[in-house]
Amino acid sequence: MGTIMLLKKGAEASLFLADWHGRKVIVKMRLPKRYRPAELDAKIRGYRTAHEPQLMHEAKKAGVPTPTIFLVDITDASITMEFVEGKQVKQVLAGVSRKKRQELSIRIGGLIGKLHRHGVIHGDLTTSNMILSAEGKIFLVDFGLGEKNKELEARGVDLHLMKRALQSTHYKFAEECFKNVLKGYSAVLGEEDAEKVFEKICEIERRGRYVDERKQA
Amino acid sequence: MKRQAEALCLGVESTADDFGVGIATFKGEILANASSGYVPEEGGIHPREAARHHAEAADKVLSEALAKAKVKPTDLTLIAFSQGPGLGPCLRTGATVARALASYLDLPLVGVNHSLAHIEIGKLKTGTVDPVTLYVSGGNTIVSAFEAGRYRVFGETLDIALGNCLDVFAREAGLKHKQGMSLGAALERLAADGEKLVSLPYVVKGMDVSLSGLLTASTTLLNKGECRLEDLCYSLQEHAFSMVTEVTERALAHTEKKEVLLTGGVAANKRLQSMLRIIAEEHDAKFNVVPRQFATDNGAMIAWTGVLAYTHGLVTPVDKSFVKLRWRLEKVDVSWVQ
Repeated sequence: MGTIMLLKKGAEASLFLADWHGRKVIVKMRLPKRYRPAELDAKIRGYRTAHEPQLMHEAKKAGVPTPTIFLVDITDASITMEFVEGKQVKQVLAGVSRKKRQELSIRIGGLIGKLHRHGVIHGDLTTSNMILSAEGKIFLVDFGLGEKNKELEARGVDLHLMKRALQSTHYKFAEECFKNVLKGYSAVLGEEDAEKVFEKICEIERRGRYVDERKQA
Repeated sequence: MKRQAEALCLGVESTADDFGVGIATFKGEILANASSGYVPEEGGIHPREAARHHAEAADKVLSEALAKAKVKPTDLTLIAFSQGPGLGPCLRTGATVARALASYLDLPLVGVNHSLAHIEIGKLKTGTVDPVTLYVSGGNTIVSAFEAGRYRVFGETLDIALGNCLDVFAREAGLKHKQGMSLGAALERLAADGEKLVSLPYVVKGMDVSLSGLLTASTTLLNKGECRLEDLCYSLQEHAFSMVTEVTERALAHTEKKEVLLTGGVAANKRLQSMLRIIAEEHDAKFNVVPRQFATDNGAMIAWTGVLAYTHGLVTPVDKSFVKLRWRLEKVDVSWVQ
Protein backbone atom coordinates (compact mmCIF):
# COMPACT_ATOMS: atom_id res chain seq x y z
CA MET A 1 0.00 0.00 0.00
CA GLY A 2 1.26 3.45 -0.92
CA THR A 3 1.50 6.62 1.09
CA ILE A 4 -0.99 6.90 3.87
CA MET A 5 -2.48 10.09 5.24
CA LEU A 6 -4.92 10.45 8.13
CA LEU A 7 -8.06 11.99 6.71
CA LYS A 8 -10.38 11.88 9.68
CA LYS A 9 -10.19 10.62 13.20
CA GLY A 10 -13.72 9.60 14.01
CA ALA A 11 -15.07 8.10 17.19
CA GLU A 12 -15.68 4.73 15.64
CA ALA A 13 -12.75 4.50 13.24
CA SER A 14 -9.95 6.43 11.66
CA LEU A 15 -10.05 7.07 7.93
CA PHE A 16 -6.82 7.08 5.96
CA LEU A 17 -6.35 8.19 2.39
CA ALA A 18 -3.99 5.83 0.60
CA ASP A 19 -2.78 4.69 -2.78
CA TRP A 20 -3.62 1.09 -3.59
CA HIS A 21 -2.32 -0.24 -6.92
CA GLY A 22 -2.66 3.18 -8.46
CA ARG A 23 -6.10 3.81 -7.01
CA LYS A 24 -7.05 6.42 -4.48
CA VAL A 25 -8.59 4.48 -1.61
CA ILE A 26 -9.92 4.96 1.88
CA VAL A 27 -8.62 2.65 4.57
CA LYS A 28 -11.07 2.53 7.43
CA MET A 29 -9.40 1.26 10.58
CA ARG A 30 -11.24 0.46 13.75
CA LEU A 31 -8.48 1.14 16.23
CA PRO A 32 -8.62 -0.56 19.64
CA LYS A 33 -10.58 1.36 22.23
CA ARG A 34 -8.67 1.47 25.47
CA TYR A 35 -11.74 2.22 27.55
CA ARG A 36 -13.36 -1.17 26.89
CA PRO A 37 -12.01 -4.51 28.13
CA ALA A 38 -9.79 -5.95 25.36
CA GLU A 39 -12.02 -8.98 25.02
CA LEU A 40 -15.18 -6.94 24.45
CA ASP A 41 -13.34 -4.48 22.23
CA ALA A 42 -12.00 -7.21 19.93
CA LYS A 43 -15.46 -8.71 19.65
CA ILE A 44 -17.14 -5.43 18.72
CA ARG A 45 -14.46 -4.33 16.25
CA GLY A 46 -14.29 -7.74 14.59
CA TYR A 47 -18.04 -7.98 14.29
CA ARG A 48 -18.46 -4.54 12.78
CA THR A 49 -15.55 -4.96 10.37
CA ALA A 50 -16.97 -8.22 9.07
CA HIS A 51 -20.53 -6.98 8.80
CA GLU A 52 -20.00 -3.57 7.29
CA PRO A 53 -18.76 -4.78 3.85
CA GLN A 54 -21.55 -7.35 3.69
CA LEU A 55 -24.16 -4.69 4.31
CA MET A 56 -22.54 -2.33 1.82
CA HIS A 57 -22.75 -5.11 -0.73
CA GLU A 58 -26.40 -5.72 0.11
CA ALA A 59 -27.05 -1.99 -0.19
CA LYS A 60 -25.63 -2.05 -3.71
CA LYS A 61 -27.98 -4.89 -4.60
CA ALA A 62 -30.81 -2.74 -3.30
CA GLY A 63 -29.76 0.02 -5.68
CA VAL A 64 -28.11 2.28 -3.10
CA PRO A 65 -24.67 3.65 -4.04
CA THR A 66 -21.91 2.62 -1.61
CA PRO A 67 -18.12 2.68 -2.08
CA THR A 68 -16.64 -0.43 -3.67
CA ILE A 69 -14.82 -2.67 -1.22
CA PHE A 70 -11.32 -3.83 -2.18
CA LEU A 71 -9.99 -5.51 0.91
CA VAL A 72 -11.20 -6.59 4.35
CA ASP A 73 -8.84 -7.53 7.15
CA ILE A 74 -10.59 -8.80 10.26
CA THR A 75 -7.45 -9.22 12.37
CA ASP A 76 -6.51 -5.55 12.24
CA ALA A 77 -10.13 -4.48 11.74
CA SER A 78 -9.55 -2.58 8.54
CA ILE A 79 -11.52 -2.13 5.33
CA THR A 80 -9.99 -0.78 2.13
CA MET A 81 -12.56 0.85 -0.13
CA GLU A 82 -13.06 3.23 -3.01
CA PHE A 83 -12.52 6.90 -2.28
CA VAL A 84 -15.65 8.77 -3.33
CA GLU A 85 -14.90 12.31 -4.45
CA GLY A 86 -17.53 14.61 -3.05
CA LYS A 87 -18.86 16.32 0.05
CA GLN A 88 -20.70 15.15 3.10
CA VAL A 89 -24.39 16.00 2.87
CA LYS A 90 -23.92 17.56 6.31
CA GLN A 91 -21.67 20.22 4.80
CA VAL A 92 -23.87 20.78 1.79
CA LEU A 93 -27.34 20.99 3.31
CA ALA A 94 -27.14 24.42 4.90
CA GLY A 95 -25.63 26.12 1.88
CA VAL A 96 -28.12 25.13 -0.79
CA SER A 97 -31.49 26.57 -1.78
CA ARG A 98 -34.67 25.38 -0.12
CA LYS A 99 -35.68 23.65 -3.31
CA LYS A 100 -32.37 21.81 -3.61
CA ARG A 101 -32.60 20.81 0.04
CA GLN A 102 -36.05 19.42 -0.58
CA GLU A 103 -34.78 17.48 -3.58
CA LEU A 104 -31.84 16.04 -1.60
CA SER A 105 -34.07 15.09 1.33
CA ILE A 106 -36.53 13.28 -0.92
CA ARG A 107 -33.67 11.39 -2.57
CA ILE A 108 -32.23 10.45 0.82
CA GLY A 109 -35.64 9.16 1.87
CA GLY A 110 -35.79 7.15 -1.34
CA LEU A 111 -32.41 5.55 -0.62
CA ILE A 112 -33.48 4.60 2.90
CA GLY A 113 -36.67 3.17 1.41
CA LYS A 114 -34.62 1.02 -0.98
CA LEU A 115 -32.44 -0.24 1.86
CA HIS A 116 -35.41 -1.13 4.02
CA ARG A 117 -37.27 -2.78 1.19
CA HIS A 118 -34.22 -4.97 0.70
CA GLY A 119 -34.04 -5.80 4.42
CA VAL A 120 -31.02 -3.64 5.26
CA ILE A 121 -30.96 -1.36 8.30
CA HIS A 122 -28.25 1.29 8.19
CA GLY A 123 -28.04 1.82 11.94
CA ASP A 124 -26.45 5.26 11.90
CA LEU A 125 -28.31 7.50 9.48
CA THR A 126 -26.75 10.93 9.79
CA THR A 127 -25.95 13.50 7.15
CA SER A 128 -22.22 12.92 7.87
CA ASN A 129 -22.66 9.38 6.59
CA MET A 130 -23.97 10.48 3.21
CA ILE A 131 -21.66 11.69 0.48
CA LEU A 132 -22.85 13.80 -2.42
CA SER A 133 -20.44 12.76 -5.18
CA ALA A 134 -19.06 15.04 -7.87
CA GLU A 135 -21.51 13.51 -10.33
CA GLY A 136 -24.40 14.25 -8.01
CA LYS A 137 -25.01 10.72 -6.69
CA ILE A 138 -25.63 10.21 -2.98
CA PHE A 139 -23.43 7.48 -1.48
CA LEU A 140 -24.23 5.94 1.89
CA VAL A 141 -21.28 4.99 4.08
CA ASP A 142 -20.66 3.75 7.64
CA PHE A 143 -22.74 0.61 7.88
CA GLY A 144 -20.88 -0.55 10.99
CA LEU A 145 -23.94 -0.34 13.21
CA GLY A 146 -26.27 -1.82 10.61
CA GLU A 147 -27.99 -5.16 10.35
CA LYS A 148 -30.08 -7.36 8.09
CA ASN A 149 -33.57 -6.94 9.43
CA LYS A 150 -37.03 -6.58 7.93
CA GLU A 151 -38.93 -5.89 11.13
CA LEU A 152 -40.96 -2.72 11.59
CA GLU A 153 -39.18 -1.98 14.86
CA ALA A 154 -35.74 -1.86 13.21
CA ARG A 155 -37.03 0.29 10.36
CA GLY A 156 -38.71 2.65 12.79
CA VAL A 157 -35.58 3.07 14.92
CA ASP A 158 -33.50 3.67 11.78
CA LEU A 159 -35.75 6.55 10.66
CA HIS A 160 -36.08 7.86 14.21
CA LEU A 161 -32.28 8.16 14.34
CA MET A 162 -32.32 10.05 11.07
CA LYS A 163 -34.81 12.49 12.56
CA ARG A 164 -32.73 12.89 15.71
CA ALA A 165 -29.59 13.49 13.67
CA LEU A 166 -31.36 16.19 11.67
CA GLN A 167 -32.67 17.81 14.85
CA SER A 168 -29.26 17.98 16.53
CA THR A 169 -27.25 19.01 13.46
CA HIS A 170 -29.67 20.86 11.19
CA TYR A 171 -32.11 22.22 13.80
CA LYS A 172 -33.13 25.15 11.58
CA PHE A 173 -34.72 23.00 8.91
CA ALA A 174 -34.88 19.58 10.53
CA GLU A 175 -38.64 19.34 10.37
CA GLU A 176 -38.89 20.29 6.72
CA CYS A 177 -36.05 17.90 5.79
CA PHE A 178 -37.49 14.98 7.70
CA LYS A 179 -40.89 15.51 6.16
CA ASN A 180 -39.30 15.24 2.73
CA VAL A 181 -37.23 12.22 3.77
CA LEU A 182 -40.50 10.50 4.66
CA LYS A 183 -42.00 11.57 1.35
CA GLY A 184 -39.16 9.94 -0.57
CA TYR A 185 -39.30 6.90 1.66
CA SER A 186 -42.99 6.48 1.12
CA ALA A 187 -42.62 6.81 -2.65
CA VAL A 188 -40.28 3.81 -2.69
CA LEU A 189 -41.80 1.59 -0.06
CA GLY A 190 -45.41 2.27 -0.97
CA GLU A 191 -47.80 4.29 1.15
CA GLU A 192 -49.29 1.37 3.00
CA ASP A 193 -45.98 -0.09 4.21
CA ALA A 194 -44.50 3.33 4.88
CA GLU A 195 -47.49 4.28 7.02
CA LYS A 196 -46.87 1.26 9.25
CA VAL A 197 -43.27 2.38 9.74
CA PHE A 198 -44.40 5.94 10.55
CA GLU A 199 -46.76 4.63 13.22
CA LYS A 200 -43.86 2.63 14.63
CA ILE A 201 -41.74 5.80 14.82
CA CYS A 202 -44.44 7.44 16.95
CA GLU A 203 -44.53 4.41 19.20
CA ILE A 204 -40.73 4.41 19.58
CA GLU A 205 -40.78 8.09 20.46
CA ARG A 206 -43.47 7.58 23.08
CA ARG A 207 -41.27 4.93 24.67
CA GLY A 208 -38.52 7.48 25.15
CA ARG A 209 -38.22 9.46 28.33
CA TYR A 210 -39.98 12.78 28.68
CA VAL A 211 -41.83 12.90 25.43
CA ASP A 212 -44.82 15.18 24.95
CA GLU A 213 -46.52 12.70 22.65
CA ARG A 214 -46.95 10.25 25.50
CA LYS A 215 -49.70 12.41 27.01
CA GLN A 216 -52.06 11.39 24.25
CA ALA A 217 -51.22 7.71 24.53
CA MET B 1 -20.70 37.07 58.12
CA LYS B 2 -22.96 39.75 56.70
CA ARG B 3 -24.91 38.65 53.66
CA GLN B 4 -27.69 41.20 53.44
CA ALA B 5 -26.03 43.24 50.71
CA GLU B 6 -25.77 40.32 48.32
CA ALA B 7 -28.51 39.07 46.00
CA LEU B 8 -29.45 35.47 46.89
CA CYS B 9 -31.46 32.73 45.25
CA LEU B 10 -33.02 29.79 47.06
CA GLY B 11 -33.60 26.74 44.89
CA VAL B 12 -35.93 23.82 45.57
CA GLU B 13 -35.27 20.42 43.98
CA SER B 14 -37.77 17.57 44.16
CA THR B 15 -37.91 15.73 40.84
CA ALA B 16 -37.46 12.23 42.24
CA ASP B 17 -36.30 10.67 45.52
CA ASP B 18 -34.34 13.64 46.89
CA PHE B 19 -35.75 16.81 48.38
CA GLY B 20 -33.08 19.49 48.28
CA VAL B 21 -32.75 23.16 49.08
CA GLY B 22 -29.76 25.18 47.95
CA ILE B 23 -28.82 28.81 48.32
CA ALA B 24 -26.60 30.57 45.77
CA THR B 25 -25.37 34.13 45.49
CA PHE B 26 -25.90 35.87 42.15
CA LYS B 27 -22.13 35.66 41.69
CA GLY B 28 -22.18 31.87 41.82
CA GLU B 29 -21.11 31.13 45.36
CA ILE B 30 -23.00 28.19 46.86
CA LEU B 31 -23.82 29.00 50.49
CA ALA B 32 -25.90 25.94 51.29
CA ASN B 33 -26.92 22.66 49.73
CA ALA B 34 -29.15 20.70 52.11
CA SER B 35 -31.12 17.60 51.24
CA SER B 36 -33.07 14.65 52.47
CA GLY B 37 -33.42 11.42 50.52
CA TYR B 38 -36.37 9.08 50.47
CA VAL B 39 -35.29 5.47 50.86
CA PRO B 40 -37.96 2.94 49.94
CA GLU B 41 -38.25 -0.04 52.29
CA GLU B 42 -38.25 -2.26 49.26
CA GLY B 43 -38.38 -1.84 45.49
CA GLY B 44 -37.91 1.39 43.60
CA ILE B 45 -39.30 4.87 44.13
CA HIS B 46 -43.02 5.01 44.77
CA PRO B 47 -43.88 8.52 43.55
CA ARG B 48 -46.61 9.14 46.13
CA GLU B 49 -44.50 7.87 49.01
CA ALA B 50 -41.55 9.97 47.83
CA ALA B 51 -43.81 13.05 47.64
CA ARG B 52 -45.03 12.35 51.18
CA HIS B 53 -41.41 12.21 52.33
CA HIS B 54 -40.70 15.53 50.60
CA ALA B 55 -43.67 17.25 52.25
CA GLU B 56 -42.57 16.00 55.65
CA ALA B 57 -38.89 16.85 55.10
CA ALA B 58 -39.42 20.30 53.53
CA ASP B 59 -39.49 22.26 56.78
CA LYS B 60 -36.35 20.64 58.16
CA VAL B 61 -34.34 20.90 54.92
CA LEU B 62 -35.35 24.55 54.41
CA SER B 63 -34.30 25.49 57.96
CA GLU B 64 -31.06 23.57 57.56
CA ALA B 65 -30.18 25.40 54.33
CA LEU B 66 -30.97 28.83 55.78
CA ALA B 67 -28.96 28.08 58.93
CA LYS B 68 -26.01 26.78 56.90
CA ALA B 69 -26.01 29.90 54.72
CA LYS B 70 -26.51 32.09 57.78
CA VAL B 71 -29.33 34.00 56.14
CA LYS B 72 -32.93 34.82 57.03
CA PRO B 73 -35.81 34.24 54.61
CA THR B 74 -36.12 38.01 54.25
CA ASP B 75 -32.52 38.22 52.93
CA LEU B 76 -33.51 36.27 49.81
CA THR B 77 -33.95 37.87 46.38
CA LEU B 78 -35.34 35.04 44.28
CA ILE B 79 -36.98 31.61 44.57
CA ALA B 80 -36.21 28.92 41.97
CA PHE B 81 -37.69 25.46 41.68
CA SER B 82 -37.28 22.38 39.58
CA GLN B 83 -40.24 22.53 37.19
CA GLY B 84 -39.49 19.28 35.37
CA PRO B 85 -38.87 16.72 34.04
CA GLY B 86 -39.59 14.24 36.80
CA LEU B 87 -42.21 12.43 38.83
CA GLY B 88 -45.48 14.34 39.10
CA PRO B 89 -46.27 14.08 42.81
CA CYS B 90 -42.65 14.88 43.75
CA LEU B 91 -42.41 17.87 41.42
CA ARG B 92 -45.73 19.24 42.69
CA THR B 93 -44.58 19.09 46.29
CA GLY B 94 -41.44 21.09 45.52
CA ALA B 95 -43.38 23.56 43.38
CA THR B 96 -45.87 24.10 46.19
CA VAL B 97 -43.09 24.88 48.65
CA ALA B 98 -41.49 27.29 46.17
CA ARG B 99 -44.77 29.06 45.35
CA ALA B 100 -45.57 29.43 49.05
CA LEU B 101 -42.16 30.94 49.76
CA ALA B 102 -42.34 33.33 46.81
CA SER B 103 -45.85 34.47 47.69
CA TYR B 104 -45.20 34.84 51.41
CA LEU B 105 -41.90 36.69 50.93
CA ASP B 106 -43.21 38.54 47.88
CA LEU B 107 -40.29 37.41 45.70
CA PRO B 108 -40.03 36.55 42.01
CA LEU B 109 -40.32 32.88 41.12
CA VAL B 110 -38.45 31.06 38.38
CA GLY B 111 -39.02 27.52 37.12
CA VAL B 112 -35.89 25.64 36.11
CA ASN B 113 -35.33 22.61 33.86
CA HIS B 114 -33.77 19.88 35.99
CA SER B 115 -31.48 18.43 33.29
CA LEU B 116 -30.22 21.88 32.37
CA ALA B 117 -29.48 22.61 36.04
CA HIS B 118 -27.25 19.52 36.19
CA ILE B 119 -25.17 20.91 33.33
CA GLU B 120 -25.02 24.48 34.67
CA ILE B 121 -23.92 23.53 38.19
CA GLY B 122 -21.39 21.17 36.63
CA LYS B 123 -19.93 23.99 34.58
CA LEU B 124 -19.87 26.29 37.59
CA LYS B 125 -18.21 23.78 39.92
CA THR B 126 -15.61 22.48 37.47
CA GLY B 127 -14.89 25.67 35.55
CA THR B 128 -15.93 23.98 32.32
CA VAL B 129 -17.13 26.36 29.59
CA ASP B 130 -18.46 24.46 26.58
CA PRO B 131 -18.50 20.72 27.21
CA VAL B 132 -20.01 17.59 25.81
CA THR B 133 -21.95 16.46 28.87
CA LEU B 134 -22.81 12.90 29.79
CA TYR B 135 -25.61 13.07 32.35
CA VAL B 136 -26.34 9.67 33.84
CA SER B 137 -28.71 9.11 36.74
CA GLY B 138 -31.64 6.96 37.81
CA GLY B 139 -33.95 8.82 35.46
CA ASN B 140 -31.73 10.17 32.70
CA THR B 141 -29.05 9.09 30.24
CA ILE B 142 -28.30 12.07 28.02
CA VAL B 143 -25.35 13.14 25.89
CA SER B 144 -25.68 16.82 25.15
CA ALA B 145 -23.73 19.83 23.96
CA PHE B 146 -24.52 23.47 23.38
CA GLU B 147 -25.28 24.49 19.78
CA ALA B 148 -27.06 27.65 18.62
CA GLY B 149 -28.90 28.78 21.73
CA ARG B 150 -29.79 25.44 23.26
CA TYR B 151 -28.33 22.33 24.81
CA ARG B 152 -28.94 19.84 22.02
CA VAL B 153 -29.48 16.18 22.84
CA PHE B 154 -27.07 14.19 20.70
CA GLY B 155 -27.67 10.83 22.28
CA GLU B 156 -29.88 9.32 24.92
CA THR B 157 -31.34 6.03 26.03
CA LEU B 158 -34.03 4.52 23.86
CA ASP B 159 -35.56 2.88 26.93
CA ILE B 160 -34.37 2.79 30.57
CA ALA B 161 -31.82 5.07 32.23
CA LEU B 162 -28.35 3.83 33.15
CA GLY B 163 -28.84 4.33 36.90
CA ASN B 164 -32.17 2.57 36.69
CA CYS B 165 -30.57 -0.39 34.90
CA LEU B 166 -27.88 -0.73 37.59
CA ASP B 167 -30.31 -0.21 40.51
CA VAL B 168 -32.85 -2.76 39.31
CA PHE B 169 -30.10 -5.34 38.85
CA ALA B 170 -28.65 -4.54 42.27
CA ARG B 171 -32.06 -5.02 43.92
CA GLU B 172 -32.58 -8.30 42.03
CA ALA B 173 -29.22 -9.40 43.40
CA GLY B 174 -30.40 -8.60 46.93
CA LEU B 175 -28.11 -5.62 47.48
CA LYS B 176 -29.46 -3.07 49.94
CA HIS B 177 -29.15 0.64 50.58
CA LYS B 178 -26.70 0.98 53.43
CA GLN B 179 -25.83 3.98 55.54
CA GLY B 180 -24.15 6.39 53.16
CA MET B 181 -23.82 3.81 50.40
CA SER B 182 -26.08 3.74 47.37
CA LEU B 183 -27.08 0.62 45.46
CA GLY B 184 -24.80 1.75 42.67
CA ALA B 185 -21.86 1.99 45.05
CA ALA B 186 -22.58 -1.50 46.38
CA LEU B 187 -22.64 -2.81 42.82
CA GLU B 188 -19.42 -0.99 41.98
CA ARG B 189 -17.71 -2.57 44.98
CA LEU B 190 -18.73 -6.08 43.90
CA ALA B 191 -17.74 -5.36 40.30
CA ALA B 192 -14.22 -4.53 41.45
CA ASP B 193 -13.82 -8.20 42.38
CA GLY B 194 -15.10 -9.42 39.04
CA GLU B 195 -12.62 -11.51 37.04
CA LYS B 196 -14.48 -13.01 34.13
CA LEU B 197 -16.26 -10.97 31.46
CA VAL B 198 -19.62 -12.57 30.75
CA SER B 199 -21.00 -11.93 27.26
CA LEU B 200 -24.04 -9.62 27.36
CA PRO B 201 -25.97 -7.54 24.80
CA TYR B 202 -24.18 -4.41 23.59
CA VAL B 203 -26.67 -2.14 21.87
CA VAL B 204 -25.61 1.14 20.31
CA LYS B 205 -27.92 2.66 17.71
CA GLY B 206 -26.45 5.76 16.15
CA MET B 207 -25.73 7.96 19.15
CA ASP B 208 -28.41 6.29 21.25
CA VAL B 209 -28.13 3.29 23.53
CA SER B 210 -30.62 0.66 24.59
CA LEU B 211 -30.18 -0.81 28.06
CA SER B 212 -33.32 -2.84 28.67
CA GLY B 213 -32.01 -5.94 26.88
CA LEU B 214 -28.80 -5.76 28.88
CA LEU B 215 -30.77 -5.62 32.13
CA THR B 216 -32.98 -8.56 31.13
CA ALA B 217 -29.99 -10.69 30.08
CA SER B 218 -28.09 -9.87 33.29
CA THR B 219 -31.00 -10.67 35.60
CA THR B 220 -31.73 -13.88 33.69
CA LEU B 221 -28.13 -15.02 34.23
CA LEU B 222 -28.33 -13.95 37.86
CA ASN B 223 -31.44 -16.01 38.47
CA LYS B 224 -29.89 -19.06 36.78
CA GLY B 225 -27.20 -18.86 39.44
CA GLU B 226 -24.40 -20.14 37.21
CA CYS B 227 -22.24 -17.02 37.33
CA ARG B 228 -20.44 -15.42 40.24
CA LEU B 229 -22.29 -12.28 41.31
CA GLU B 230 -19.01 -10.32 41.17
CA ASP B 231 -18.48 -11.37 37.55
CA LEU B 232 -22.01 -10.37 36.63
CA CYS B 233 -21.71 -6.95 38.29
CA TYR B 234 -18.39 -6.44 36.53
CA SER B 235 -19.76 -7.51 33.14
CA LEU B 236 -22.91 -5.42 33.48
CA GLN B 237 -20.85 -2.33 34.32
CA GLU B 238 -18.32 -2.92 31.54
CA HIS B 239 -21.00 -3.37 28.89
CA ALA B 240 -23.24 -0.51 30.02
CA PHE B 241 -20.39 1.95 30.57
CA SER B 242 -18.70 1.04 27.28
CA MET B 243 -21.96 1.79 25.49
CA VAL B 244 -22.45 5.25 27.01
CA THR B 245 -18.75 6.01 26.56
CA GLU B 246 -18.95 5.04 22.90
CA VAL B 247 -21.85 7.42 22.23
CA THR B 248 -20.20 10.20 24.23
CA GLU B 249 -17.10 9.77 22.08
CA ARG B 250 -19.26 9.96 18.96
CA ALA B 251 -20.76 13.24 20.15
CA LEU B 252 -17.29 14.52 20.99
CA ALA B 253 -15.94 13.67 17.53
CA HIS B 254 -19.05 15.12 15.92
CA THR B 255 -19.08 18.44 17.80
CA GLU B 256 -15.28 18.75 18.14
CA LYS B 257 -15.70 20.27 21.60
CA LYS B 258 -12.67 20.38 23.86
CA GLU B 259 -14.25 19.47 27.19
CA VAL B 260 -16.09 16.46 28.57
CA LEU B 261 -18.29 16.79 31.63
CA LEU B 262 -19.64 13.83 33.58
CA THR B 263 -22.57 14.38 35.92
CA GLY B 264 -25.63 12.73 37.53
CA GLY B 265 -25.75 10.12 40.27
CA VAL B 266 -23.81 7.50 38.26
CA ALA B 267 -20.95 10.00 37.79
CA ALA B 268 -19.63 8.86 41.17
CA ASN B 269 -18.63 5.53 39.63
CA LYS B 270 -14.83 5.41 39.32
CA ARG B 271 -14.83 2.94 36.46
CA LEU B 272 -17.14 5.12 34.37
CA GLN B 273 -14.93 8.12 35.17
CA SER B 274 -11.84 6.29 33.97
CA MET B 275 -13.49 5.33 30.67
CA LEU B 276 -14.53 8.90 29.93
CA ARG B 277 -11.14 10.22 30.90
CA ILE B 278 -9.63 7.98 28.21
CA ILE B 279 -11.88 9.23 25.39
CA ALA B 280 -11.33 12.84 26.47
CA GLU B 281 -7.56 12.32 26.28
CA GLU B 282 -7.82 10.73 22.87
CA HIS B 283 -9.65 13.75 21.49
CA ASP B 284 -7.43 16.29 23.26
CA ALA B 285 -10.32 17.31 25.45
CA LYS B 286 -10.31 18.12 29.14
CA PHE B 287 -12.21 15.72 31.37
CA ASN B 288 -14.18 16.92 34.38
CA VAL B 289 -16.40 15.09 36.79
CA VAL B 290 -18.87 17.06 38.89
CA PRO B 291 -18.24 16.72 42.66
CA ARG B 292 -20.64 14.22 44.18
CA GLN B 293 -22.86 16.58 46.19
CA PHE B 294 -23.48 18.63 43.03
CA ALA B 295 -23.73 15.64 40.68
CA THR B 296 -26.65 13.93 42.39
CA ASP B 297 -29.98 15.78 42.49
CA ASN B 298 -29.52 18.90 44.62
CA GLY B 299 -31.04 22.27 45.42
CA ALA B 300 -27.88 24.27 44.70
CA MET B 301 -28.07 23.49 40.99
CA ILE B 302 -31.63 24.79 40.89
CA ALA B 303 -30.66 27.94 42.79
CA TRP B 304 -27.73 28.65 40.45
CA THR B 305 -29.68 27.99 37.25
CA GLY B 306 -32.45 30.18 38.69
CA VAL B 307 -29.91 32.99 38.99
CA LEU B 308 -28.80 32.54 35.36
CA ALA B 309 -32.37 32.55 34.08
CA TYR B 310 -33.55 35.45 36.23
CA THR B 311 -30.57 37.68 35.43
CA HIS B 312 -31.39 37.10 31.76
CA GLY B 313 -34.92 38.30 32.14
CA LEU B 314 -36.83 35.12 32.91
CA VAL B 315 -39.49 34.84 35.60
CA THR B 316 -42.28 32.31 36.00
CA PRO B 317 -45.57 33.86 37.15
CA VAL B 318 -47.34 31.69 39.74
CA ASP B 319 -50.23 30.98 37.36
CA LYS B 320 -47.73 29.58 34.84
CA SER B 321 -45.73 27.61 37.39
CA PHE B 322 -47.41 24.26 36.76
CA VAL B 323 -44.93 21.39 36.64
CA LYS B 324 -43.83 19.89 33.31
CA LEU B 325 -43.31 16.17 33.71
CA ARG B 326 -41.78 15.64 30.28
CA TRP B 327 -39.93 18.90 29.73
CA ARG B 328 -37.09 18.00 27.40
CA LEU B 329 -33.70 19.65 27.72
CA GLU B 330 -33.53 20.86 24.12
CA LYS B 331 -36.83 22.75 24.48
CA VAL B 332 -35.23 25.38 26.69
CA ASP B 333 -33.78 28.57 25.22
CA VAL B 334 -30.49 29.27 26.94
CA SER B 335 -29.85 32.95 26.46
CA TRP B 336 -27.01 33.15 28.97
CA VAL B 337 -24.59 31.00 26.98
CA GLN B 338 -22.88 32.62 24.02
